[in-house]
Amino acid sequence: MSNLPALAYLVASICFIMALRGLSSPETARGGNVFGIVGMVIAVLTTLASPGVLSYSLIFTGVLIGGSIGTVVALRIQMTALPQLVAAFHSLVGLAAVFVAAAAFYEPAAYGIGVFGKIPVGSLIEMSIGTAIGAITFTGSIVAFAKLQGIMSGAPVVFPGQHILNAALGVLLILLIALICGDQGAGLFWAIAIVAFTIGVLIIIPIGGADMPVVISMLNSYSGWAACGIGFTLSNTALIITGALVGSSGAILSYIMCKGMNRSFFSVILGGFGGESAGPDADALKDRTVRSGSAEDAAFIMKNAGSVIIVPGYGMAVAQAQHALREMADLLKKEGIQVRYAIHPVAGRMPGHMNVLLAEANVSYDDVLELDEINRDFAGTDVAFVIGANDVTNPAAKNDPQSPIYGMPILDVEKASTVLFIKRSLGSGYAGIENELFFRDNTMMLFADAKAMCENIVKALE
Amino acid sequence: MQGDELIKKAEEMAKGASELAVQAEELFNQVAHATFQSSDGGEPFVFMFTIFVLAIFVGYYVVWHVTPALHSPLMGVTNAISSVIVVGALIAASPADMSISKIFGFIAVILASINIFGGFIVTQRMLQMFKKKPKA
Repeated sequence: MSNLPALAYLVASICFIMALRGLSSPETARGGNVFGIVGMVIAVLTTLASPGVLSYSLIFTGVLIGGSIGTVVALRIQMTALPQLVAAFHSLVGLAAVFVAAAAFYEPAAYGIGVFGKIPVGSLIEMSIGTAIGAITFTGSIVAFAKLQGIMSGAPVVFPGQHILNAALGVLLILLIALICGDQGAGLFWAIAIVAFTIGVLIIIPIGGADMPVVISMLNSYSGWAACGIGFTLSNTALIITGALVGSSGAILSYIMCKGMNRSFFSVILGGFGGESAGPDADALKDRTVRSGSAEDAAFIMKNAGSVIIVPGYGMAVAQAQHALREMADLLKKEGIQVRYAIHPVAGRMPGHMNVLLAEANVSYDDVLELDEINRDFAGTDVAFVIGANDVTNPAAKNDPQSPIYGMPILDVEKASTVLFIKRSLGSGYAGIENELFFRDNTMMLFADAKAMCENIVKALE
Repeated sequence: MQGDELIKKAEEMAKGASELAVQAEELFNQVAHATFQSSDGGEPFVFMFTIFVLAIFVGYYVVWHVTPALHSPLMGVTNAISSVIVVGALIAASPADMSISKIFGFIAVILASINIFGGFIVTQRMLQMFKKKPKA
């Protein structure tokens, strides 16, 4: 009979794998989510059925409180605020890991790892690592949340000696873990937590807003490793497997995001990118002329085009322009014009954010294409319609070795016959780099709020 | 007088017994350890580590197959499933008597529940939008 829980945890783990597997296509994804829910129910019921569980009152109260908060928040959240929500959720996993580790530290007998003050060294190390990663995830995600929510400036916070301080804290953390193996004092346990909390804050503040997709993916990964650490402490295979799945998933997403920006993971971690670093020839560009147009001009150009590729960026989400944009696209389609969307890997503030926003506006996912799928097609396209994106279209990434974004894969919008570029002003993008595209002959700037401009184009098309 | 002595003796014996119990437990642990070592699976840690490494590989291959369009739902669902950490919280919150670790467990149950419900619901909401639309 004692093998039954272990087998049930195995089934739960397989359900979680199936949940991720389902996401390989939109058709199977909803089924995958159901697998995930089933897996979670199995894991929870298995635990509740174990003989050590004697009192249910606090458990049900906790699930009721947490469940209602989670449900209300998840139902109310706007899709534009998704990155903040995910960051907040990561912080909760991190903090939960710290509390579970603390519970195991004070009451190790409940988990079969000795008695208070006499925990085996191996378990102590696993517990400390779980606590440390959980604590880093917690405060790191809080900072990421604050940056995304605009509570805190998205600009990187850098100060002299930052890296030395971080390294020193890292060494201190290892030292404390070594000490707790001998001493087993509660003070040391909390010292580990506090040092890790501090590290969490320090490693995220120097990372600029432009790198947020990487940060979110990275914290996603950390939350998985924290779960793993706890899984080792509790010898729970479901936790180990799930933690490893989440950890590798977050790591892969971080890698994809870094590649999308042509940055190494370490340069993102070290931070400082996305500040006030102006492009090298910003002044030289100031005198050049730009061609600007009205909504009517844009409507005229697109009406006479055969194909249009829309390039949305985070600015579209900020302006809440996705619905007006889709209306515009629908009208163009009615005219027999081919309309597609091109998504850059780092468009938006988290991986896949743009796809969700477009899906929310009822854009069919068949029309939404990734960078490598559509980049060749710009050359044969009449109009590239850039809305709220900037750096991901900057040709400097290809031609200017001095540019901070040199080498970053970009959408080749400049190859389209005409580029329509909605922007509020000539200001530089998130990375603080001037975009040469504004001054090209085939570019027409549409200076307006993205949503207002789309609505006006819709009016002009009708 | 005899009664007092008896009580004292009984106490001493109880003490001895509890010490013996601790020793027995330690011995049991060592034996369990030894049996695990003697089998081909190695120590329990190595056994768990094997699972861990294999799970990373499974995660690696499965996640590379996730379509980039669904990377946001992927984060939502990984968020929800990483809250399986709730199993540790449930055990901590379950003893009959109140203790500090029970309170920690209670807090962790709340935190993890927010995530489980929130994570799955927000993922479902996202996926609901990715329905095939009729061609206009």
